[in-house]
Amino acid sequence: MATPDRVSYWNKTRSLMFVMLALWVFFGYVVHMFVGALDNIVILGFPFGYYMAAQGSLIAFVIMLFWFARKQNAIDEEHGVAEE
Amino acid sequence: MANTTAGGSDFTANLGRVYGIYTGGFIAFIILMAILSGLGVPNRVIGYLFVAFTITIYAVIGILSRTMQVGEYYVAGRRVPAIYNGMATGADWMSGASFVGMAGTLYVLGYDGLAFVLGWTGGYVLVAILVAPYLRKFGAYTVPDFLSARYGGNLARFIGVVVLFSCSFTYVVAQIYATGIISARFLGLDFNVAVYVGLAGILVCSMLGGMRAVTWTQVAQYIVLIIAYLIPAIWMSTVKTGIPIPQLMQGMALENITALETAQGIAVHHVTPFVHGGYNALNYFLLILCLMVGTASLPHVLMRYFTTPSVREARVSVAWSLLFIFLLYFTAPAYAAFAKWTMLDLVASGLTPDNIAEKASWMMRWAAADNTLVQICGKAALDAASIAAACAEQGVTNIGFANINLNADMIVLATPEMAGMPYVISGLVAAGGLAAALSTADGLLLAIANALSHDIYYKMLDQHAPTARRLVVSRILLVVVAICAAYVASTKPGDILAMVSWAFSLAAAGLFPALVLGVWWKRANSTGAVLGMIAGFGLCLYYLLGTRYGAVSFVETWGWLSTATAEQMTKFAELKAAFAAAAPEAQEAAWTALDKHAQTIASWWGVKNLSAAAFGLPVGFVVMYVASRLTKEPSLELQEFIEEIRVPRGKTVMEEKTA
Repeated sequence: MATPDRVSYWNKTRSLMFVMLALWVFFGYVVHMFVGALDNIVILGFPFGYYMAAQGSLIAFVIMLFWFARKQNAIDEEHGVAEE
Repeated sequence: MANTTAGGSDFTANLGRVYGIYTGGFIAFIILMAILSGLGVPNRVIGYLFVAFTITIYAVIGILSRTMQVGEYYVAGRRVPAIYNGMATGADWMSGASFVGMAGTLYVLGYDGLAFVLGWTGGYVLVAILVAPYLRKFGAYTVPDFLSARYGGNLARFIGVVVLFSCSFTYVVAQIYATGIISARFLGLDFNVAVYVGLAGILVCSMLGGMRAVTWTQVAQYIVLIIAYLIPAIWMSTVKTGIPIPQLMQGMALENITALETAQGIAVHHVTPFVHGGYNALNYFLLILCLMVGTASLPHVLMRYFTTPSVREARVSVAWSLLFIFLLYFTAPAYAAFAKWTMLDLVASGLTPDNIAEKASWMMRWAAADNTLVQICGKAALDAASIAAACAEQGVTNIGFANINLNADMIVLATPEMAGMPYVISGLVAAGGLAAALSTADGLLLAIANALSHDIYYKMLDQHAPTARRLVVSRILLVVVAICAAYVASTKPGDILAMVSWAFSLAAAGLFPALVLGVWWKRANSTGAVLGMIAGFGLCLYYLLGTRYGAVSFVETWGWLSTATAEQMTKFAELKAAFAAAAPEAQEAAWTALDKHAQTIASWWGVKNLSAAAFGLPVGFVVMYVASRLTKEPSLELQEFIEEIRVPRGKTVMEEKTA
């Protein structure tokens, strides 16, 4: 059933997946590689590098997932493959 | 609730009210306990009431949710709303170790402990984008079910069951162990009795109602555990800073910790990265990776998303799960920081062997319960006299922070006493720890029993088994597995906590490539999956067992890949020569010394065995890719099947015979 619409649906789904994956790599790893430099910034007593690992990345993950659920649902509806 | 089999929608419509009343009732119960405690009811009784009250509620939910329908038993009828499934997943996910041990690990490891916080949350991103919605659309009852359908045959299914069993069984043993420890400490039961009491608590929730009962008890357990976790943290924050938001005031705690550490001449600061417990940057990031990927492969977590009414709800449900998990995990670092601040303050107030009994009598109570929990000057802190003796031996007059050695697993349970909170809070924390351990144990037991009954018995042995018999077999297996796990827990296996962390690496290396490529790469075929799973899982297992139980021969074989210094290698050679030369009666001691040293240097490129999937995972992917490329592509039918699971609309691909 590889109709053109299905192909375009899957392409969009895949792009969204890669965007999420890139954000995941950024918040899961890349920011924490700069922990030394970020720790020089201190906000409310938090060294910023420490803050990112203790709270910042976690908040990012939660927001990302709610955003993803909405975005993917919009793609589903646009292509008429959402559940009734 | 017995009528929900017919009119389930009534129950789901009223969920908000039911759990609202339940939460209010639980808070009223805490207040009642506080009043009773104020009236002079002994602590032991308060502890009993807390445990008895919560377990009774779980049992009532478990019994009311009993069912004889296959769909209800395996996937709760697929009508658990996203937000409740999120809460249930939160409880399923956060084990006794997370609740009891996480803040303690952060207390000891400081910044480096945050690898656990990151790893155990970020994994849900992978669950949502790569795996869960597609498995939901497929409509499986178990994870091996999917492997079998996608990779055509029982071989893939069987390997899936083996991986599932090896990562879930040790995990469930650890949960039962945790329930035993908590019941023993707070109820004063003998540990061996306490283990079986915990077992009864687990069985009553899961045996009669399967997934349906487990789901609704897990929601109740989540509410208990999150309240129990937040209250002490809020309490400490209020006492120390006047503001009841521990997560925010953690910044102030960190500043004070750093200042106190500097004043006391502690060189390794709490907030300094990559310096604690052998976590260099490489191990820190590899551990995050293994925990994240492991999260996205653990069957007891994935199967929670089989219970949502739709694919859309499954996605939203992952987001809710992470939100509920996040509530605890972003409190844990604050919890640890406030506990450490409290301890540093205590030490800074001038702690000596003479005044310790007066200033911190809780240490002696914990040391008396188990003499490995609190050590001062290298010896168990049993009483003032023994502390004085131990410190005199080391020439210590003022007890410094470095002289006090607290076991990571007791920090959360002891914090209420440490910070001078009333006993009610201790009872609450015990009930929370118990809820965390019981809920995870239920999920794991169900995952194991379902794999054995559905995949092995029904799909592989007797495809014509009638429904009633399948459910009976499933329940019997559940009890048998539970009793085996309780028996293993009662022997107090020493490595149990290490083994829990292994579960993540084993699941990651064994299942992740097959699950992800199964959805995202049509060309992946049966040969590739089978070889990939065997290679990834096998390598991971080899590294775990080799570095832990066969360290000496591991060093002999792989010494050239180790990051050990020349000095360490020389010491290894010396110890080995000493062992060879030792007289028969001294051989055992010589071997122990050799093995102990070998364990510290047995590695490939210095990677800790906690992160064994660092090798198994890429190898699993590569083997699966190459083997799939070299063999025939999957049939057109199978490619249609993959097309089908990629779109949400339409019925589940697999329709189970339910009658």
